[in-house]
Amino acid sequence: MSGFWRRLRAATWARSLEFLRDRSSLGWNLVFPVLLVFGLAYVFSGPGQPMFKVAVLAPPQAALDATLHPFLATPQVQFYREGAHEEALHKVQLQRIDMLLDFTAAAPRYWVNERSPKGKLLEQLLRGAGPPLLAREQTSGAEVRYVDWVAPGVLGMNMMFSCLFGIGYVIVRYRKSGYLKRLNATPLRAFEFLLSQLLSRLLLILAVNIAVFAACRWLLHLRMEGSYATLLLLTALGAFSMIAMGLVVSARIASEELAGGILNVLSTPMMVICGVFFSMDGAPRALRIAADFLPLTHLLSGARAIMLDGAGIAQIGYHLAALAAMSAVYLSLGAALFKWRS
Amino acid sequence: MPAVLEVRDLAKHYARVRAVDGISFEVAEGSCFGLLGPNGAGKSTTIEMMEGLLRPTAGQVLFRGAPLGSHYRERVGIQFQTTALQQFLTVRENLAFFSALYPKRRPLDELVALCRLEEFLDRDAGKLSGGQRQRLLLAIALVNDPEVLFLDEPTTGLDPQARRNFWDLVRDIRAQGRTIVMTTHYMEEAYVLCDEIVIVDHGKTIARGSPRALLAEHYDDSVLELPAAEAAKLGGSIPLKDKGDTVEIHTPDVNDAIARLLAAGASLASLRIRPRTLEDLFLELTGRELRT
Repeated sequence: MSGFWRRLRAATWARSLEFLRDRSSLGWNLVFPVLLVFGLAYVFSGPGQPMFKVAVLAPPQAALDATLHPFLATPQVQFYREGAHEEALHKVQLQRIDMLLDFTAAAPRYWVNERSPKGKLLEQLLRGAGPPLLAREQTSGAEVRYVDWVAPGVLGMNMMFSCLFGIGYVIVRYRKSGYLKRLNATPLRAFEFLLSQLLSRLLLILAVNIAVFAACRWLLHLRMEGSYATLLLLTALGAFSMIAMGLVVSARIASEELAGGILNVLSTPMMVICGVFFSMDGAPRALRIAADFLPLTHLLSGARAIMLDGAGIAQIGYHLAALAAMSAVYLSLGAALFKWRS
Repeated sequence: MPAVLEVRDLAKHYARVRAVDGISFEVAEGSCFGLLGPNGAGKSTTIEMMEGLLRPTAGQVLFRGAPLGSHYRERVGIQFQTTALQQFLTVRENLAFFSALYPKRRPLDELVALCRLEEFLDRDAGKLSGGQRQRLLLAIALVNDPEVLFLDEPTTGLDPQARRNFWDLVRDIRAQGRTIVMTTHYMEEAYVLCDEIVIVDHGKTIARGSPRALLAEHYDDSVLELPAAEAAKLGGSIPLKDKGDTVEIHTPDVNDAIARLLAAGASLASLRIRPRTLEDLFLELTGRELRT
C-alpha cells in the first residue's frame, strides 16, 4: 500500500473510531432527526392550516393583484408567479399548490386537482370573486402528504448540521488542543488530513442517514417514487459539499466560539431559504437566487424530485452538477486556506 | 563525534519581537543536548525551527550537513510539552495510528517494552495519569525509530517519581544511540541527562558547554546556607548573601568557613552545605526577575 493510502486509511479510521465511540453524540445524531420528522408530521397533519397557495401564469408586466382579476385580492391566499406551465401543473397534481391560474392564454383558465378539497374550496371563492370568468381545467393526482414533503427537508437539515458542525468544530478543537500541531510533526500532509476527515464524516453521515431514512420510511410510510441508488448518489454529493463547506470555515480558526458563530451564520439562512420546512415557491426572486448558491437547496430539491416525482439522474442533473461544482470549490478553498496552527 | 544537527545564525523575527536573534550551535550524534532558558527566551522558537515546524527568518538548520528536506519529518521524533490526542482511542490504537503515518516503523512490542506501556496498553488514552500519558507521548515520538528525538519540556507537571521514571526512559533511548534534543525548566534534569547545554536569553546564546564544564568555568566555591538569625551573630566577619529567611556564604574553603562560624558562636544545627548547581548558574546568567 502506498504511503498516501496508508496514511489516509489510518487517519480516516482513527477519526471514525472517535466518532463511533462517542455514544452520546452518535445516539443524538440517530434519534434527533427521527423525533423531528415525527414531531413535524404530528404538528402539520391536523387541521388548521389557513394558507392556500395559488400559482399564477401571467405576462411579466402584469401585477398579481385585483387589476389582473378580483380573485387575486382574496385574503388568506398566497398568489405567486410561476414561470413554467408544466412545472406548475405538476405541483397541482401533487397538491403541493392548490390551484393554477393562467392569464397568458387568450382565454384565461384555471386548474384544480379533483382530489383536492382545498382546490374545490378555492374554486368556490374564484367563482364568487366576479368576472371575468376563467375556463375550468381539471387534473388529478394523489396528495403529497406534508410529511412526505418535509421528511427530505428535515433529514437534509440534520445532515447539514452534522456536516458543518461535525467537521468544523472537530477541526477547530483539534487545532485549539494542539493535536493538529502534533499531526503536523508527522509525514501526514494537510490534504491527506482534510480528506480523511471528509471521508470519515461522509461515511458516517451516510450510514446514519440511511438508518434514519429507513426508520422514517418504515414508520411513516414515506413516499419513494425514484431510485434508491440515485438518492444515495445525490445524498453523498450533498453531504460532501456541505462537509467541504465546513472545512473552509475551520481552515484557520482556533476558537470554538468564533467557529460556532460562523457556522450559525451559514446554517441558519440555509435552514430558512433552502426549503426545509416550507416551499420557496413564491418567495422573492432574490432569495431564490441566493438559495441556488447553497448546497442544501440542491440536495432538497433533488431529493424531493426523486422521492416525490420519481426523477432519475437526468432530471436532477442540474442539482448534481451544482453540488459537484460547490464541492470542488469548497474543497479547493479549504485546502488552500488550511493551517495546522492558528 | 560528528554533528547530526547544525544551527547556523538562526533567527526568527516577528513584527515587534526578535524571538531568536542569531543562534549557532551543533548537536553531536548520539548525545543528549539541552536547550535552556527562561520563559520567552526563544528556546521554544529555536526548537520548533530545528524540528522543521517553523520557518526561520534568517540562518538555517542543517541535518547531517544538508538543509531540512521533505523527508526530515520521517527521520525525527517529537514530543511536545502539551499534546492532545484523539478522544476515545486506546493507547494501542494511538500507537497504531501514528505508526501508520511513517514509512519506517518500530515494532509495537518494542515500543511498549521500551516505554513501559504494558499495564495500560488497552486503556483509553484520555484516562491515563500524567506519567503514563508522557510515556505514551514518548512512545508516539518513537514510532518511526527516529534518528533525532526532540523532547519539549517532557516532565513538566509530573511528580518526582514519574519524572525520575521518565529520566530512566531517556537514558535507555540514549543508550540505543539516539540523539536527543530537549528543553526543560528543571536544571536538575538538564544536569542529570544532558551532555551539552545551551542557555539562551533574549534570543541569543549566553552560555554553552557540558553542565559540569560550565559549572567549573563559572564557580570554584561551595554554598553554605544557614538561618538569617544565626548569620546575625557573625557581625559582618564573613561576606553573606541575603536570601530572605536564610543567608548564603559562598566560599572555596568550606572547612575554613565552618571554623569561622563556630568561632562566632553560630549554631550549625540548620547548616546546609551544597555544591554549586546549574540552577545557580542559570539564575546568575539570566537574572532573577520574573518572566512571563
